[in-house]
Amino acid sequence: MSVQVRYFAALREAVGRDGETLPLPVGTTVEQTRSLLVERYPALSTLLPRCAFAINRSYAPVEAVLQDGDELAFIPPLGGG
Amino acid sequence: MAAIIKITQDPLDDATRQSLIEEVCRPSDGGIVVFLGVVRDSSLGKQIRYLEYDAYVEMAEQEMSAIAAEVTRRWATDHVAMVHRIGRLEIGECSVMIVVACPHRAEAFAACQYAIDTLKSTVPIWKKEIGLDGEEWVEG
Repeated sequence: MSVQVRYFAALREAVGRDGETLPLPVGTTVEQTRSLLVERYPALSTLLPRCAFAINRSYAPVEAVLQDGDELAFIPPLGGG
Repeated sequence: MAAIIKITQDPLDDATRQSLIEEVCRPSDGGIVVFLGVVRDSSLGKQIRYLEYDAYVEMAEQEMSAIAAEVTRRWATDHVAMVHRIGRLEIGECSVMIVVACPHRAEAFAACQYAIDTLKSTVPIWKKEIGLDGEEWVEG
């Protein structure tokens, strides 16, 4: 299956792009995806553990299981207002 | 009437504020509370040159709509506008504008405070401070 990952703010700058499509095995969780991304982008190793998660624009827990076609966003500490 | 919810690159100025007030207010309203968040010239002792805001726009507007829905549930008004600016903002410019109108002031104050406090804790918007000594994405 494939999942669209989106990067914002500090994550976008660390990765150098605003998103990518990740091919993942069926049943992959948010937590497993996070580990894979930390391996792929060592620059994210301090930032990703501080992020919340959104699947299809709603906050989701780290143990959530991804579905084909999902949009997964890592949400760094907020700074709005 | 639906609440006005928007993320925009455009400046939030006096004309924006006046038009939001006119759009949300009804003759039944006796109290209008307006909150403006503006860019400060310093943060934790550091001198700020300007700010850059980024947002997950689709989700941010959805979360702001959820805040407006909760305002309606708790204070029985949907005369609400919430607009947040993104992009580069200079010192003194307005980053967020919230208007809540109610029949009486107490619920307008309470609802507006709830709206800005909740926005800061749930809406996916980020702020980078560009100072004299470098730049940094900051929390809060």
